[in-house]
Amino acid sequence: MDHAMTSATSSEFVLTRPATAPLDPPPVYSRLRDEEPITRVSIWEGRLSAWLVTHWEDARAVLGNPAFSSDTSRSGFPTFIEDSRPAPRGFFANYDPPVHTTMRRTLTREFMVKKIDALRPAITDITRELLDEMTGEKGPVDFVERFALPLPSLVICELLGVPYEDHDFFQSHSKVFVDLQSTGEQFTASWEALNSYLLQLLTAKRSKPGDDVLTRLGEHVDTGAVSERDAADLAAFLLFAGHETTANMIALGTITLLQHPDQIPYLLAGPAEAANAVEELLRYLAIVHGGLRRYALEDVRIGDVTIRAGEGVIVPLHVANRDPEAFADPDRLDLGRANARQHVTFGYGIHQCLGQPLARAELQIVLPELFRRLPDLRIDVPLEDITFKQSTTVYGVHELPVTW
Amino acid sequence: MNLKVEVDVPKCVASGQCVMLAPEVFDQRDDDGMVILLDDTPPAELHDAVRESATVCPAAAIRLAES
Ligand code: HEM
Ligand code: SF4
Repeated sequence: MDHAMTSATSSEFVLTRPATAPLDPPPVYSRLRDEEPITRVSIWEGRLSAWLVTHWEDARAVLGNPAFSSDTSRSGFPTFIEDSRPAPRGFFANYDPPVHTTMRRTLTREFMVKKIDALRPAITDITRELLDEMTGEKGPVDFVERFALPLPSLVICELLGVPYEDHDFFQSHSKVFVDLQSTGEQFTASWEALNSYLLQLLTAKRSKPGDDVLTRLGEHVDTGAVSERDAADLAAFLLFAGHETTANMIALGTITLLQHPDQIPYLLAGPAEAANAVEELLRYLAIVHGGLRRYALEDVRIGDVTIRAGEGVIVPLHVANRDPEAFADPDRLDLGRANARQHVTFGYGIHQCLGQPLARAELQIVLPELFRRLPDLRIDVPLEDITFKQSTTVYGVHELPVTW
Repeated sequence: MNLKVEVDVPKCVASGQCVMLAPEVFDQRDDDGMVILLDDTPPAELHDAVRESATVCPAAAIRLAES
C-alpha cells in the first residue's frame, strides 16, 4: 500500500501515559489536539501511517460514519499489531454490516437495560461476598486479585452460564487479546482455546439448559441465525470483553477516587450522584485507550482534512474525552459534571459498547459499596511504585496493594 | 415549549442510553432490544433528559422538533 507509507515527519503513535500523571493521556496528544487536531502518526515501527483524530466532535464524526470500516481483514487496515490474523466473525467489533448486524442482533436483548437491572441484586451480593472475604484477612491484599478482577468475572460467568472455577483459564487467554506484545499466532491460539472450551459448554447446555446466554445462543444455532462455531466465538468475545474492561475500570476508578478524597461524599450521596460519578470516571479514565481503529472506504472530509479512501484512522478516546471544546476544564475530575455522559469511552456509532448497561450497573454498585464499607481504604505503597499496564489496549494496573 | 420526539428504529443499535436517561419516554423491545417510543410529546420536566438522549444516542436515531 504505497499511498499509506509513512512520511518522514509523522511520529510514532504512543500509548505510554506519563509516570508523573498516570491517569492522564500522553501530553503530546493534548498538545496535538490543540494545535493540529487531525494529524498523521505512524504505527508498526513506521511501516504504516494513519490519521490521528483527536477532537471529540471529529471522533464522533468518524465513528458515526459508515464510510469508515471496522473490517480488520482489509489490507492497510491500521491494526494494533502488524501480523494480526483475520478475527472470527463472533468478534464482531472487527466486522462491518451485514455480518456485524447479524452477530450483534443475536445478543442485543441480553444487554437490555431491564435485563441488566434485574441482575443488580446478584451484583450487590457478589460485591458484598468478595468484600467480606477480603476484609476477613489482615491487609495488605492485592485489590486486583481479590476484588477488581473476580467481581466482573463472576458476573459475566453468571450471565453466560460459564463455571467460574475455570477463571484462570479464560482470564489468561483474555490477557493475550489486549496485550500489544502478543503475536498473531498467540492471538489465534488463544481464541481457538476459548472457542473449543465454549463449544463444549454449548453442547452441554443442549442436554441441561439454563437461564443463560449460552443456552439462548444454542437456540440461535437451532434457528440457523448463527453457526455453532460463531456462537462459541460470540460467547468467547463476551467472556473476554465482560471482565478485562470492567476489572481495570474498578481498579483505576478506585485509585482515582483515592486521589480525590474530597469528592467521595458526592459518590455516596445517592443513586443519581453515583451514576453521574461513574460517567465522570469513565470520561476521565477512558481505559480503552489504544485508539479505536478504522479504514476509509471512500474520501471523507473530517474537520479541515480530507481522509482518502484506503487510509487508516486512529481515534484515541482518552484524548477526545479531554477536549476543552466538549468538556469545560477537561483535565479536572468533577464527579458532578453536568455533561459527563457525553464521553466517548464506550465508542460511538454502530459499534458502541454492547455491554455498557452491564459495565455501568457494576460500577454504580461496586464503587459506592466499597467506599461505604471501607471508609479508610488506602493504597499501601506510594503511587509511583504501582506498575501501570503500558502496553495493553485496555489501561489498568497489574497489582494494587491496599489496606483499610 | 413543545418537544416532539421521533425514533428511527432501523437505525437503533440497542445501546440502551436513552432508556437509562429517560425511562418514561423510551423502552426496549423484549426480543431484540430495539428502541420503543413510549411518549412522543413528553412533559417539560423530561425535556432535558430527552435532549441528552438525542445527543448521546450513538446511532443518531432520536430526532427532536421543538415548537
Ligand atoms: C468499563 C467497561 C467497558 C468499556 C470502557 C468498554 C469499551 C468499549 C468500546 C470503546 C467499544 C467499541 C469498539 C469499537 O468501536 O471498535 C466496545 C465494544 C464492545 N463491548 Fe465494551 N466496554 C466495556 C465493558 C464491556 C462489557 C462489560 C461487555 C460485555 C459483556 C462489553 C462488550 C462489548 C462488545 C460485545 C462490543 C462490540 C460491539 C460492536 O462492535 O458492535 N464491553 N466496548
Ligand atoms: S440511545 Fe439510540 S441506539 Fe441507544 S437504544 Fe436509544 S435509540 Fe437505540
